[in-house]
Formats: sequence, C-alpha cells, structure tokens
Amino acid sequence: MSVPYTLLGLIEENARHGYDLKQSYDRRFGDAKPIRFGQIYRILAQLVRDGRAEVVGVEPGAGPDRKRYAITPDGVADLDRWLAEPEDPQPQLQNVLFAKVVLALISGRSAEGFLDAQRERHMARMRELTKLRREATETHAALLADYQLFHIEADLRWIDHAAGRLGALAAEVR
Amino acid sequence: MMDALACRDLHKSFGLTHALRGANLSVSAGEVLAVMGPSGSGKSTLLQCLAGILTPDSGEVSLDGMRVDLLGDDRRTRLRRTIFGFVFQFGQLVAELPVAENIALPLLLAGDRRRAALSAARDWLPRLGLDGLHDRLPGDLSGGQAQRVAIARALIAGPRVLFADEPTGALDSVAADQVMEVLMDEVRAQGTCVVMVTHEPRVAAYADRTVTVRDGRVVHPAREWESV
Repeated sequence: MSVPYTLLGLIEENARHGYDLKQSYDRRFGDAKPIRFGQIYRILAQLVRDGRAEVVGVEPGAGPDRKRYAITPDGVADLDRWLAEPEDPQPQLQNVLFAKVVLALISGRSAEGFLDAQRERHMARMRELTKLRREATETHAALLADYQLFHIEADLRWIDHAAGRLGALAAEVR
Repeated sequence: MMDALACRDLHKSFGLTHALRGANLSVSAGEVLAVMGPSGSGKSTLLQCLAGILTPDSGEVSLDGMRVDLLGDDRRTRLRRTIFGFVFQFGQLVAELPVAENIALPLLLAGDRRRAALSAARDWLPRLGLDGLHDRLPGDLSGGQAQRVAIARALIAGPRVLFADEPTGALDSVAADQVMEVLMDEVRAQGTCVVMVTHEPRVAAYADRTVTVRDGRVVHPAREWESV
C-alpha cells in the first residue's frame, strides 16, 4: 500500500515523468524490487483520477510524448495525513516504515517526529500484549503473545537505530 | 492523578558533557514509568537526579511538592533510605550476607529489631519464588534469583518510589520476565511509583507509560512539557 504514496512523495519533490520517477524510485526504494513502468503508469493514472496528481506538461520524445506529473493540494494533504499516521504493528512493515522515513526526509517533514509517533504506537501494542500475557492462564497463550512481542520489539530496535542515523540517511537521499 | 515526583528544566553537566539540557518529567502516584533512550542520552543521569543521588546544576526536583534538590546531604540520604528504593543492573547484594539478611538490610538500618526484620524478610521469599533459599549466599544464586532478592530488599521498607536502572539488563528473557512479574506484582500491591530506566522494549512494556530521553531532554510522548 505504500507505493502510491511513495510516488506521490516523489512528484511532490519535483514534477516528474514516468522514466524519471522510475529512476528516482529505484535509487531510493527499489533495492529489493525495482518498480515496473506498467505499475508506475497505472498508479499515476489512478492518482490523476483521484485528484491527487495532475499532468503539468507534455514533452515530445522519440517515442510517445512524455507527460510530467505534479502533486495537487489534495495530494499534499493526503500525503501529510499518511506520513503523520503511525502504522499498526504487523509483520512485514519494513517497507512502509522505511518509505515514510525517506519521504519525510526528502520533503523536509519531521522523520524524527514520525519515528517517535511510531515508537509510541508500537509500545502501546506491546503494553497490551504484555497485559494479555500476564493474564494468560496457559503457557501456550503466553507464548503466542511472546511471539508477537519479540517481533514488535525487533521493529522497535530498528526504529531506535534509524532515529540515530537520520542525519546520514538524509545526506544520502536528498 | 496527583504527581508524586516531578522535575522541571533539569540541567546537569559533567565537565564539558551536558548530560541533561532542560529535562521535564512528572510521574503520578502509583504510576510505573519506563525511561528509554539511546546510550549517553542522559536517562541514567535523569534517574539519579530524581532520586537525589546527583544534584542538578539547575532546575527543580520535587516529591509530593517538596523540593528534593534543595535538601542537604543528610536529609537526602535519609530520603534515599526511607522513601526511595533502588534496583540496579547488578543486584549489588552484600556478598557475605545470606539472602534473608540482604533483604532485611533496610529494616536493620532503620533500627528495627533483628528478629522482626529477618522474619519480615523471610515472608517475602515465597512471593519471589525463592522458597527455602533464605540462608543461601548471593554467590550461590542465579542472576534472576539475585535480582528478585534485590527487588525484595528495595521494597521491604515500603518506599513511595522505586528507582530501577536496567533491572533486567544482565538477564536472559525468561529470567527477565520472572523478575518483572515479581516487581510488577509487588509494586501494584504496595501502590509504589516506579521510575525504570531500560533499553529493552520488552521490559518497558510492563510500564504504564514510556518516555524517551534524547540529548538530555525528555521527548515524546511527554512533548507537552517541551513547550513549558
């Protein structure tokens, strides 16, 4: 779910056409999986239909004309909301957390503020699970809660580690 | 809920190192608070200022409205013995004394009769899962058992506030859980307020609330204090 917002963040940084967007995405977020052109154009079309992006220019090229896309005020508002909202702890959260940190850094929003909010959301879930585990009367219920606790704790360790490396990351991605 | 313990705009330096740079915090009566933060962020210095072990360079520390930072050495020492309890990463038990005497120490220092103090200490053992270990020396205990003894010693005199600095830092996760279970059961039963420094989220999750110390200040979610 984070890819449309990631593209929105990149066209907020600069108006871009599809090729430029792919380059920028792959350089910053595509280590694990480069984005496909088809996916980019499908998402851009959806963003335009939703009023979150608009075409701001058409450049002639050797092949088809290249459209440049920019974020709209509605798009900025939606991106603001998404970046400010901590995620509920769940497996495989790394892509979305990473995307939020990088997008906050390149747009001049507070990555530290996001990580603080995310840390508190994770800690709140850990408190709930710890309470459940303490009230559990059977070991297997306690161990199931433990399984989730250790996974959330791993996220939290990454959050703290990332908070300590924001300066270095900002220098790389900006 | 009423604030039991609070500090305002605390500053503390060691030479050129500014450990605290305007830390604000308040803890309610009976609240269990976890203090987290990176190494060197100032969290242990904050705990020691709150506990009257260190005197801040400036700022206020108050306990039930009484200014702790203005007390003389004698009164602060008395406060640490009677109103505060302490648990550190390594239990700091007296190696030559058996378990029951270690637990009874605060009562003995306060002038209680030896027999009554030792009897009270032995009453703690079943609650700690330490049945039958009253005459063991600390060197014969596991790390988790030693920390549970340290918790009993910290709580036997019924302190208002328990300060814990990495209470499970030297333990594996199973022993850490046992220590935290005992600690939480006892402080809830006594209504003791707890300020616990830890770098382990799993341990912090036992607390009612977590604050983070960064660069000598308390940050999120105590952010409202930042604007004070």
